[in-house]
Amino acid sequence: MPRLRVAVEAEGDDVLEERAQLGARVRLLEGLVSRAEISDCAQFSLQWLGEALGLTQSICLTHPPGEPALYVVGAYGLRGPAVRSYALSLDDWTNPLVTTLANRKQIFYPTAHSAADRRRRPSTPFEDAAFHALPLAVSNLADEAIGLLLIGDEGPLPHELQWFMTIFSQKLDQILRQQSLVDGDRRQSRERSLLTSIINAVSDPILLTDTDGRLLIANARALTLFTAAEEESEGRRGAVRMNNMLLSSALSSKAIEETGAARRELLLVNPVDGSDLVFELLSTVTEDPRQGSGVVSILRNVTDLRRASEEIEDNYRKMRVAEAQARAESDRLNLIIDSVADPIVVTDAGGATSLMNEPAERLFTIPQRASEIEQRWVQANDAHFSSFIAGMLVSADQRRVGEIGLVDPATGESMPVEAIAGKILSDHGELTAVVTILHDRREALEKAKLYEQLKQASDELERKIQAATADIAQQNELLRRQAVELEQASVLKTQFLANMSHEFRTPLNAILGYTSMVLQGVGGPIEPPVRRQLGRIESNGRHLLTIINEILDISRIEAGRMPLQISKFKIPELIGEVRSELEPIILRSKLTVSVQFDKDLPPLASDRQKVKQILLNLLSNALKFTHHGSVTIKAATNGRDRSVALSVTDTGIGVAAGDQEKIFEDFRQLDTSTTRAYGGTGLGLSICRRLAQMLDGRIEVQSRVGKGSTFTLTLPVKGRR
Amino acid sequence: MTTKPERPRVLLVDDYPDAREMYTEYLEFSGFEVVEASNGMEALQRAVDSAPDIILMDLSLPVMDGWEATRRLKADKRTASIPVVALTGHALAGISEGAKRAGCDAFVTKPCLPEDLVKEIRRILDSSNRQSKGRRSGKYAKSVN
Repeated sequence: MPRLRVAVEAEGDDVLEERAQLGARVRLLEGLVSRAEISDCAQFSLQWLGEALGLTQSICLTHPPGEPALYVVGAYGLRGPAVRSYALSLDDWTNPLVTTLANRKQIFYPTAHSAADRRRRPSTPFEDAAFHALPLAVSNLADEAIGLLLIGDEGPLPHELQWFMTIFSQKLDQILRQQSLVDGDRRQSRERSLLTSIINAVSDPILLTDTDGRLLIANARALTLFTAAEEESEGRRGAVRMNNMLLSSALSSKAIEETGAARRELLLVNPVDGSDLVFELLSTVTEDPRQGSGVVSILRNVTDLRRASEEIEDNYRKMRVAEAQARAESDRLNLIIDSVADPIVVTDAGGATSLMNEPAERLFTIPQRASEIEQRWVQANDAHFSSFIAGMLVSADQRRVGEIGLVDPATGESMPVEAIAGKILSDHGELTAVVTILHDRREALEKAKLYEQLKQASDELERKIQAATADIAQQNELLRRQAVELEQASVLKTQFLANMSHEFRTPLNAILGYTSMVLQGVGGPIEPPVRRQLGRIESNGRHLLTIINEILDISRIEAGRMPLQISKFKIPELIGEVRSELEPIILRSKLTVSVQFDKDLPPLASDRQKVKQILLNLLSNALKFTHHGSVTIKAATNGRDRSVALSVTDTGIGVAAGDQEKIFEDFRQLDTSTTRAYGGTGLGLSICRRLAQMLDGRIEVQSRVGKGSTFTLTLPVKGRR
Repeated sequence: MTTKPERPRVLLVDDYPDAREMYTEYLEFSGFEVVEASNGMEALQRAVDSAPDIILMDLSLPVMDGWEATRRLKADKRTASIPVVALTGHALAGISEGAKRAGCDAFVTKPCLPEDLVKEIRRILDSSNRQSKGRRSGKYAKSVN
């Protein structure tokens, strides 16, 4: 301002020129005063240079504080992106313009005419045109240049430019100073907030403590661990107090010295939920000349890590236990498999053997010191088995039963086995293994062979039995035919006997009839000797008749042609008839014949004719074989078994004990002499016994030789049916 | 028309001449009138012709046997009431039964002594007279008419 006042005081042409010059200066000064922005100032000033001093091309670069380069803030008479983006790096000491700045000396580059000229000058928007480079600096200060003014002009520069440079430099310096002050504050606070947000972004607690352990800086995570407001719960505040104590002791200089920056473990309490937190503590001592030494601590939360590690350990332990169990299971399985007498082979899906028990090893593994032949047998076994398994693997069957012809390597004996193979599938249905059990068929085959032999023997036996049975059947048939023939023969015999008897009787009838008539004197009186002779004829005729009758009876009984005619009759009556029929003989014999009855004799239900026949026989025998004494007929009841005993007792010759059965046999008398002496056929007692049996009765004899006999006929009161 | 004689008339049927002769001789000796026949057919004729009081019938006869002859006699009104005594040498069981079924009133087995036969004839005639007096008189009344 004092300079302006001086200029206004000048007068004359020079005064006019001075006045114009003064007016230009005023214009510049007023323009600069009203402008606070650097590029606005620069642009206005360069325009002023062009208008007031006739410098038509100019560029202004400034050096923002702390920046390593100069940037274009204004340009006059030059346009284009090359001008706006033009910058000058201060680090490039090979650039002559940098040297110009450092030396704070203006320099002129004339128009370049050759490549060599171009090499000597810096690259600018003026290209090959001549230009001046003028450093912008506040002359009385030792600071470096604040900018550079480039003016495109070939001639010498006007004096007035000196004044402009001074004013413009001061103005730029002023603006730049203010700007740098503001920028510095702004940058500092920005950096601080950036730092804060950085350390807050770290999830691990970060702390800065002074040497006494007081907290200077803490990030958000650390604050939750180590600070608590008054209004917070007692539990949370207690946890915070506890954490501070733990941290202090961990950070005590002694602890730090002992362990240095090494990692240590720090156990804290989570104030939020009271759970244990495990941190790894990294502490570093920092030396700050302005604020003294402190300790930077970073806590890394390893709780999860610890937990994970513990979990891993636990899992590992479990795995070991499971492994041990699996091994035990496997051992047990092996023991079971080995204890099975049948060979067991487990094959994987590729057909390779994965497991076999001891019996299987004997078949499929070559033993030590095996002979060549043994090796071949084992190989043959292996080949047969592999072929079976291959068939199993390609088939869709879940199970397969087959027979494999193996060889027992120990003996070389052929060993047919039954192989039962089953596929083991995974949960996804993939084939995982094939288990094959081989069963030695030798014993079964041996048994089958024995069974076959047994069966053959049995069949043979059966055939023989059948043959024998057939033979027997044939013989039976033969016998049956013979029986029929015999039956027919018997019928014929009976018929023959009946006929014979008829034929015998017809003449005998005439003989006996005429004899009787002669004896009765039908033809006139007869002499006693003739009567005696006729008597002989008659008695022999009667004997013959008896024989004929008895033979007929025997044949009828044997032929079963003696039908029973059961009726009810009284015994005394029957005995009376018997006695009266034999009366002539009784009279002749001069024996005493008596009859004795029980009082309550029941009527007898039997065949009257046959009972009479028996009694006649017994009584006539008694009369025949008794020479003196008596004959007694008795009839007695036996209530116990509802029977009647009819007995004939004599005082005759008797029968010896040894002969008492024989007399009931056919044609038996004690000896042939008796037949001659007593007559009779010897059939009488035989017929009596048979008749008694037909009537469900019996005849018994009690006798002593020379003393007499008792023949007893016992009959049921009620006969058959 | 024949008149009834004093002596009982016996029709004796037998094919064996000796037996016939013997019985005839003894029956006549014993007071009977005897008419003879040697077979069943002849017996039927004689029974109608001579109207005997009793017939002695052998069973085994030529031409017509005794059973058949007896059946016919019993089927004939004129002869049905005359007692028939079967007289046979057959002693097999069933013979007498067959004879009774044929209509015989009695059965005598040969050999039979002449005196025994006479006893049997008298017994049958007596019992027949006692039992069927009314019937007989009825018959006579019928025949008279």
